[in-house]
Formats: sequence, structure tokens, C-alpha cells
Amino acid sequence: MATTNAIPTSSLGHLSDATRRRLQRKARIDVWFERTLFAFAFAVLLLLGAIIASLMFSSWPALQRYGLDFFTENRWAANVEVFGALPAIYGTLLTSFIAIVIAVPVSFGIAIFLTEQCPGFLRQPLSTLIELLAGIPSIIYGMWGMEVLAPLLRTWFPSVFPAGTGLATAGIILAVMIIPFITAVSRDVINTVPAVMRESAYGLGCTTWEVTRQVILPSVKGGLVGGVVLGLGRALGETMAVTFVIGNNLFLDATLTGQGTSIAALIANQFSESDGTQRSALLALGLILFLITFAVLAFARYLLRNSTGRHA
Amino acid sequence: MTADIHLDQKRNAGAAEAAAAPQIATKLRVNDLNLFYGKFQAIKNVTMEIPERQVTAFIGPSGCGKSTLIRCFNRIHDLYEGIRTEGQILLDEHDIYEAGVDLNLLRSRVGMVFQKPTPFPMSVFDNVAFGIRLYEKLSARDLEERVEWALRKAALWNEVKDKLKQSGQALSGGQQQRLCIARTIAVKPEVILLDEPTSALDPISTGYIEDLINELKKDYTIVIVTHNMQQAARISDITAFMYLGSLIECDDTTKIFTQPRESRTEDYITGRYG
Repeated sequence: MATTNAIPTSSLGHLSDATRRRLQRKARIDVWFERTLFAFAFAVLLLLGAIIASLMFSSWPALQRYGLDFFTENRWAANVEVFGALPAIYGTLLTSFIAIVIAVPVSFGIAIFLTEQCPGFLRQPLSTLIELLAGIPSIIYGMWGMEVLAPLLRTWFPSVFPAGTGLATAGIILAVMIIPFITAVSRDVINTVPAVMRESAYGLGCTTWEVTRQVILPSVKGGLVGGVVLGLGRALGETMAVTFVIGNNLFLDATLTGQGTSIAALIANQFSESDGTQRSALLALGLILFLITFAVLAFARYLLRNSTGRHA
Repeated sequence: MTADIHLDQKRNAGAAEAAAAPQIATKLRVNDLNLFYGKFQAIKNVTMEIPERQVTAFIGPSGCGKSTLIRCFNRIHDLYEGIRTEGQILLDEHDIYEAGVDLNLLRSRVGMVFQKPTPFPMSVFDNVAFGIRLYEKLSARDLEERVEWALRKAALWNEVKDKLKQSGQALSGGQQQRLCIARTIAVKPEVILLDEPTSALDPISTGYIEDLINELKKDYTIVIVTHNMQQAARISDITAFMYLGSLIECDDTTKIFTQPRESRTEDYITGRYG
């Protein structure tokens, strides 16, 4: 703060000119240092505001033309200039939901194994492998989904997955992609439970299941939910892998395993070849995705903040 | 078995007990115990007896192995890798390190209270009921009675009876520690291990807990690790002095503090090192 940079001559008594000059110089440098830091931080906020503003500005024509119909129309037909966001919103929410349902139990299981059960020599290698999984580019997951997973599903469950691809297939791919994130966050928050907490639970005669279920997980509930929501945020915005396997059907098919699309996939498919109303409608889709993801992440931050520093 | 009969007689005898000095049974017997953290030997050839329904205090400088030793009594070391023990610890003459010992059962018989209070993330009531529910199926009413009993024993009932539904983690530090003691005695263990239970507490809370220990020894065998020699002198019947992993001396507390056999013990209690 600027006030702390005032030079306290009076309280320190007489200062020599050299000392005074040195103090002034230091104070000046500090003022500029603080201003620079503030500018960096503010630039991020500015950027965020600018992105929202430009999205709103450029999606305005479509939103004005279709109004609420934009959210209720169940098809996206560029040739007749009918643009409904519903199929894409449905696809985005459903695939993310499927991903969370699959990924959460698996991730918690891995995290609990790593923190509570895993023999020491395996802990580090396993953690590293899971973190590497998080680093695989999403296009690789997309190709794998299309080349391997979709044909497998079609062969094994032809009645459920007649095409192999579809909303559920995208959900499965997303689950695999977010498992490393949820696992890493869960492992870290579970590790914040102090050793004595574990010891006192075991000291009462608890089994590992009882300690985990009744003491450890409730201790870090907020952090775990935060980790899940961070994973959800990723799933909502994932583009490449989803585009490969979701089916790209622009008419609403309100089933679990049908062909569909998501906001990100639809934009990726059409944006470069669009103009006029279509481009504006795609930007409006982007705005919707932005708002959904933003809300989810803000919620996660809120939960994570509440969960830190609770163990005294 | 014989110990039980002996104790029942003791309870019933009443007046006769005062006449004939009662022989005190041994609750825990440590036979030539060695413990290694990897290659480092933390406990060296410790042999001792811990008498039933007495307070046994372990004193000694930091790192002397006293906490390590009492953590053997409920095998809490088993949670960690790379810790190896040799020798025997007999609880009522049964080796707790024998193969096939049920660790959960052992720990319900040998309870432990730690240096830092560790209330679980649940209500005051549930904190105390937690351990009971693990091993006993009580009716709601019996459970309430048992929780009240434990909280009264721990001298906490009057302070928390109106906030049993509040989080146990919202209590003050001293109250949290008494809550942990209530939780430990609620399961009616036979031995209570206290690992520096008052080192994080203010003098008033410390006083409460010392009174409590005095009260509890009527029913339980108490083993306490303390850095505070006045505390050991105030509350214990037997004092054991450990140094560099070895048990130097173990005797009646009055004897240890007035005429110790070993010069190292005397040096420590008079503050010459440690």
C-alpha cells in the first residue's frame, strides 16, 4: 500500500542526507513494483471482461433475432437459418453428467488407495502415471475413442450402441479424461488430513473402511466436491475428443446413447465456415458455454476456499 | 482369568482390602522389546511391567523413545511401513504381537489420546458415540446414557450438555482434548495411553485433565508420556525414565523423584540435561 512507503523521518529522529536519499529511492522502487504487480493482476480481469463483452456484442444479432426460441428450438439447421441451442446444451450437460457419474467413484477409489493403502514403493510411480494421463492431448483421446472405443462398444453392445459413437460414448471418453484431475485433487486434499486424526480413528479400533468413510472423507468433503466440480468444468468445455465421437447430429435426440452434439463440438465443426446469422448464433452458443463453465468453476472455488485450513 | 477373579474379590472384599495390602496385578508386560525405524534402533531391550489400575508415567528427553514405546502398546505403528519390532508385549499375559491378533479389537481394549486434540468432523455427541457404535449395538437410550457417562467422566458434561449437536471441532482446545478422552473411555478400554495429553493446553485445562487422570485410574490402567516432570510427580504411581531408547529406571514415583538409583535419572530430573 502506498501509505506504508511514507518515509518516517520524524519517528526515527535525525537522518543523514545519504540515508534519506537511500530510503527515498527504495520507497520509489517499491511503489513501482507494487503498481506493476497490480497491472498484471488487473490485466487478467480486463481480458476476462473484454472476452465477455465481445461475445455478447457479436452474439447479439442472433439473440435478438431468435429471442427465447434460441434456447427452446430443438434443431440447428443452417440451410434454413433455424438455430436452436437446445441439442448442443443437452449434449454438453448430458455428456458431462455421464462423465462425472463414471469418474467420481473411480477417482475417489484411486485417491483413497494412493493415500491409505498403497505400499510405499508403488505410491510415487502410480501418482506419476496418473498425472501423465492428465497430460495426454485431447485429440489423442478423440482418435482412440473413434478407432478403438466406438467399434468395441458397437461389437459388445450392438443394441445399446448401434453406431458405436454417440452421447454416452463421449461421456465415457470425458470420464477417462477427467479421472486424473479429480484423482489428483482428491489425493491432495485427503493428504491434508493430519496423521493423528487417522491414528485416533484407528486407535479406537476402526477398520480402514470406517476410518475412510466416517473420518477422512467427511473431514475433506468441501475439497472433494471442489475437485469434482473442477473436473466437471473441464468436461463441459472439452472439444476435440468429444467432436470425434459424439456423432454430430444437430437435431435433438433426447436419449442417453443417441447421436448428438455439444456446444464445443458444434462450434468447432461450423465456426470456420460460418458468417452472418450463423456465426452470430455460434458465438451465442459460446457465450452460453462460457457462462455455464464460469458458474461451475466459481462454485468450485467457493467450495475449495471453505475447505482449506479447517484442520486445527 | 485369575486376574479377573482376583479383582472381583478385591471389589467385594471392601474392608478386608484395607487390612491386607492388595497385590497389584500386571496389566502390560514388556519383554526385551526392540524397535527399529529402518536401520535406526529407537527402542533397545526394554523390559518392564505396567501395573493394573495405576498411573505409569514415562519421562525422558525428546527423542528418547517414550512415545515410540507406548505406541507399541496398541500397535499403532502397524499403520506405517519400515517399522520392525522384536520381543514381546503381553496384555493380560497374551502377546499382542502374536500372529492372528485382531488389531481392531486390541485397539478397542487399549485406547489412546494424542498430544493434539483430534475431534472428528461430527457433532459432540457423535464423536463420543462413534467408538461405541463400532463395537456395540445399543438402544438410542442406552447410547445416550453411555455418552453422558463418558462426558461426565471426562469432566466435560456440564460444558457441552446444551451443545451436543454442535460440531466437536468448534469446542475450545481444552474441551476438545477432554472430548477425545471421553471418546476413548466411552468404549470402556482397559488401558488408556496418553501421549503428552496436556502439552498443547493452558494450565487450567491441564489441571482438569490431571484431576481426570486421578479419577480414571480407579477403573483403568493409565500410561502417560509427559515432558513435564512436575506432572509426572503429581499424577503417577510409577515413573519410568527413558534415555536414548533404553529404559534407565522404572520405580515408584516417590522413589524416582527422591532417591533415584541411577545418576542419569537424577541428572535429568534435576534439570542437568535433557
